[in-house]
Order: sequence, then structure tokens, then C-alpha cells
Amino acid sequence: MSEHAGPAATTAQATEKATTFDVVVVGAGPAGSAAALELARRGHHVALVERGAFPGAKNVYGGVIYGRILDELIPNWWEEAPIERWVTRRQTMLMTPTQSLTVDFRTENWGKPPYNGATAHRAKFDAWLASKAEEAGAELITSTVVTGLLTENGRIVGVRTDRPDGDLRARIVIACDGVNSFLAKQAGMYPDGQVHHTTLGVKETLALPRETIEERFGVSGTDGVDIELVGGTRGIAGGGFLYTNLDSVSVGVVLSLTELGKAKVRPEELIADLKRHPAIAPLVKGGELIEYAAHLIPEGGYNTMPKLTGDGILVTGDAAAMCLAAGIWLEGVNFAIGSGMYAGRAAAEALSKNTTDLSGYERMLHESFVLADHRKLKGAPELLLGDRVQNKYPAMICDLVENLFQVTNPAPKPGLRKLFRRGAKQHGIRLRDLAKDAITGFRAYG
Amino acid sequence: MDYPEISFEDRMSTVDFQVSRRAHIEVDSEICNSCTTRECVHACPANLFVPTTDGGILFNYEQCFECGTCYLLCNKQGAISWTYPDGGDGVTFRKG
Ligand SMILES: Cc1cc2nc3c(=O)[nH]c(=O)nc-3n(C[C@H](O)[C@H](O)[C@H](O)COP(=O)(O)OP(=O)(O)OC[C@H]3O[C@@H](n4cnc5c(N)ncnc54)[C@H](O)[C@@H]3O)c2cc1C
Ligand code: SF4
Ligand code: SF4
Repeated sequence: MSEHAGPAATTAQATEKATTFDVVVVGAGPAGSAAALELARRGHHVALVERGAFPGAKNVYGGVIYGRILDELIPNWWEEAPIERWVTRRQTMLMTPTQSLTVDFRTENWGKPPYNGATAHRAKFDAWLASKAEEAGAELITSTVVTGLLTENGRIVGVRTDRPDGDLRARIVIACDGVNSFLAKQAGMYPDGQVHHTTLGVKETLALPRETIEERFGVSGTDGVDIELVGGTRGIAGGGFLYTNLDSVSVGVVLSLTELGKAKVRPEELIADLKRHPAIAPLVKGGELIEYAAHLIPEGGYNTMPKLTGDGILVTGDAAAMCLAAGIWLEGVNFAIGSGMYAGRAAAEALSKNTTDLSGYERMLHESFVLADHRKLKGAPELLLGDRVQNKYPAMICDLVENLFQVTNPAPKPGLRKLFRRGAKQHGIRLRDLAKDAITGFRAYG
Repeated sequence: MDYPEISFEDRMSTVDFQVSRRAHIEVDSEICNSCTTRECVHACPANLFVPTTDGGILFNYEQCFECGTCYLLCNKQGAISWTYPDGGDGVTFRKG
């Protein structure tokens, strides 16, 4: 057996010498901490194993956490969670190298309890959530890599770690080990073809004085802005984002792995493109780079999920491709927390009934937003990562708006219908395809 | 508007690494020799794959983000042996 966690790792036979828990949760990201918290609260003996020196040390995201699922896990979480800013202004920006069209929404409602979304740094947020699990009685074991699953008669009975004598026995293992999930792969639960629906997220955190952020983004106090960017990645399927923290902004790109591999352009050049874009440059100007980071995102959604339950194992969060990445949304933390929480509950249920039946997990997921949203939006990833939505539509719409707002006298104003037809033709869009995409879109989002 | 682009070295110096003695990723330059796509070279966000003049690949594991991009993209069986670094080693993000 391989003594390190990776694609080549294999299962091992359980030995007698091992510490025993009711449940071992692998990975102290949002999914793992939520699972461990639920179990510890119900009095179960649970280990939460994390390979980083602290929870969050290995984790990267764009920067917005949506709070509704936290209400259920930690009431009044907003009074203590390590939040940077509350998102009260949300924009979606369509862009070409020289143009941009922004939908700009703001509401006071999101700036007061129970709050809609908040920016936070993962190093702090994940550590905070794990501390809640610890307070409830979970045993947090950091700086420890789970290198493989232990089996007995084909059933999973624990994990091996890279610690000396590091076998941990458990009746149930919950894999919360994120996007590469070597545990789900080792258990044979993962479908092939991961590379085709995985994106690479690359991000820069740029320091800016608090007052500068308030001025440029038009917010005050701890209100903040979330901007999703469509287009602007040199034709590589993906997108970008720009979020405000208290005294820094996060700017990044999300790129289809296979297209990035072929594009002969490096990820940081695409962030540089964004920072030079006329709509973005004034916002990030003078920002000093304080962290460069990268991480993978499972974007395939419902149709690409692995098996969620096995004999003695549950798979949650990014490990189960539960990140909802559908253009105008990039939400993974809330899905991770939700699935982790239900996994914890299902495991607790099985333990108390003394059964090995873990099917309660999938039932709870289907009854909640976790799988309901994914089921509903299962057509979205394919539509959104397609060439038309990624490249042609943003350019066509930007041109259309440019022509609409451009004053052409002494020539009379062109009619909208004419502009539309001309734009479609210019960008090689057949109206038939446009109609088809619109229908797919309504179906996917409806 | 001009944005002062920083060197890749300065970029990577914003990230903390607890470098382990064990190379958690290894690349077989022999196999890379016959690779025509070289997708790792452009896609690795930490820029750790450098083509050599003799057609191989020079790989340095030390400032790795542990993202997984290289092993997922590389289509040559066996070119990359990929593992996470041992517990506590490797990258530490202070912001994330
Ligand atoms: C660039 C980018 C932008 C994003 N933007 C957003 C956003 O704005 N909002 C949002 O909600 N989501 C966003 N996401 C998605 C979000 O980050 C994920 O969906 C979420 O982190 C998933 O949580 P998780 O607990 O399942 O996995 P993770 O957060 O990845 O946690 C997995 C944990 O397991 C540990 N681990 C892995 N393997 C082992 C092992 N073998 N042994 C021990 N420990 C192990 C890891 O160190 C890690 O702590 C973004 C992602 C990226 C990359
Ligand atoms: S690591 Fe893989 S993709 Fe990169 S050069 Fe070698 S064989 Fe090609
Ligand atoms: S894991 Fe990511 S950062 Fe590390 S070498 Fe591979 S592609 Fe580069």
C-alpha cells in the first residue's frame, strides 16, 4: 500500500492496533467541521482529521459565504463568525477586452441580520467552524494526512494516516477531503473524466486601505461588494470575480482545465488582463499583492457526482462535486456545510439504531437544497461552459448596448430589432441557436 | 491603465511553504520527452514545470499549491507520481 495520499493510494487491511472512534471525518473544511459538529453534539466519539497545520491552511476560494444553512447549524452565527464584510451590493459584469456591461444590484436588507452573504478568509473561517466542532467534543487532529481506507471483509472500518501507528478505526468514515477526494476514488465511488468538469481557480488578494475600498466600491462600514465576471478570459471557458474584504480585495479567474491546458497562456496572465481591464483597473489600482493562491473547483454538478454512500462511507461537499458553479452563482461552502451536516446526522442516526444502513444521508440531501438545487440546475454547467455563452453572447450583448447608446445623428437611430440581427450575424450567432440556448437556459434556471 | 506586473518570484514569495524533504510530486523527464502537448507547463499555477533544452521537463516540487491540476491534465501514464505532502508540510494559505 502507498503510504501517501494520492491517486495511486490503495486500501489496507485493518490491524488490531488502532485508536477507535464512532466516526472518522476526513478533512476539516466546511463539510468536515459541520459533520463533526453534528456528531459531537449528539454525544458521539468523533475524530476530525486535517492534513494542514490548522483547518483552512490548505483551502482557497473566491470569498463569499452564504449564511442561510449556518442558521440551522449555529444560530446567530453572525455574532461570532470571522466575517470581513456583508455583501449588500452584487454585480454581474459581461465583458470583452474593451467593453463591459454591468447589472448592479444593492439592498440594505442584506446588511442586517440574518444577512445573505459575507466575505471571509478561509484561514479564519474554517478554523472558526472547526473550533465549534471541537467545543462540542470532536477530537481535531491536524498536520495528519489520511493516506487510505482500512477495510475488513470488503467493508470500510477506518483510515490509515501518515502518523506512526496512525490507524483510526471507526464504524463510519465521512470523506470531506475536497475536490481531489482520493478517499472516494479509492472506495471506487468516483466516475471517470474528472478533468473535463473541473476548473482551476486562481486568485490574488490585494491590500487596499479601508477608506479606499469604501470610496471606490461605494459602500461604507462593513458593507461589501461581490462582482461576478463573465467573458474576459481570452476565450477559455470560465469566468472571474472581484470581492471586497475589509482592507483587501480578492480578484481571480476560474478556468476550464482542459481549455487552459491547450490555450498556451498562464493563469496569472489572465488575472493581469482583468486588472488592466478598463472596468476593473480603477477598482484595484495600487493594490499590493499579499497572497497568490490556486485551487481546483468541481463544476460539473449533478450529472458528475460520485456515489454518495458506500459500505461504511459517506461522501460530502467538494469531494462529492457539490459545488454549485453556474455562471451567476459560485457557491460551494454552503453546499459543503449542508451536506456535511446531513452526513453527520445520518451517521448519528445509523449509530443510534445500530445499523450499517446509511441511506438516510441521500434522503436528507434530496429533501434539502443540497440535491434539490443541483438537480434543478443540472443542465446549467454544460450550457454555461459552452462557447456561445462564454464568448459570443457577452461580445454580442456589449456591442448591442454600445450601438444602442451610441448617438448616430445625423443618421437616424437604428431600430433595436435591426441592431439585434446585425449583432447576431456579426458574432456568428444563428438565431436558431440563440433560441435553443434561451430555452435550455429557462429550463436549467426555471 | 498600467498595472505594475510583479515577477513570478515576488508573486510566490507571498505564500508560505513548509518545505518537506520528501518530494511529494515526482516527474519522469524521460516520459515527458515524448510529450507533445506539455499542458503542465502553462497550466501549473505555481509554474513548477520548466521545459529543458534536451526536451525533458525540469520539475521543482517546493512551492506547490497541491492543487492537482498537473496530474489531472497530464495524459502520459506514469509521467507524474502525485501525492499530498506529509501532514503539516507544504503550502499554508494565510488568507485563502
Ligand atoms: C477560486 C475559488 C473560488 C470559489 N468561490 C467560492 C465562493 O465565493 N463562495 C463559495 O461558497 N464557494 C466558493 N468556492 C467553492 C468552495 O471553496 C468549495 O466548494 C468548498 O470549500 C468545499 O468545502 P469542502 O469542505 O467540501 O472542501 P474543502 O474546503 O476543500 O476542504 C477539504 C479539506 O480536507 C483536507 N484534506 C484533503 N485530503 C485530506 C487527507 N487525505 N487527509 C486529511 N485532510 C485532507 C483539506 O486540507 C481541506 O481542509 C470557490 C472555490 C475556488 C477554488
Ligand atoms: S508532465 Fe505530463 S503533460 Fe507535462 S510534459 Fe510531462 S508528460 Fe507532458
Ligand atoms: S499540484 Fe498544482 S501547483 Fe503543484 S505542481 Fe501540480 S499543478 Fe503545480
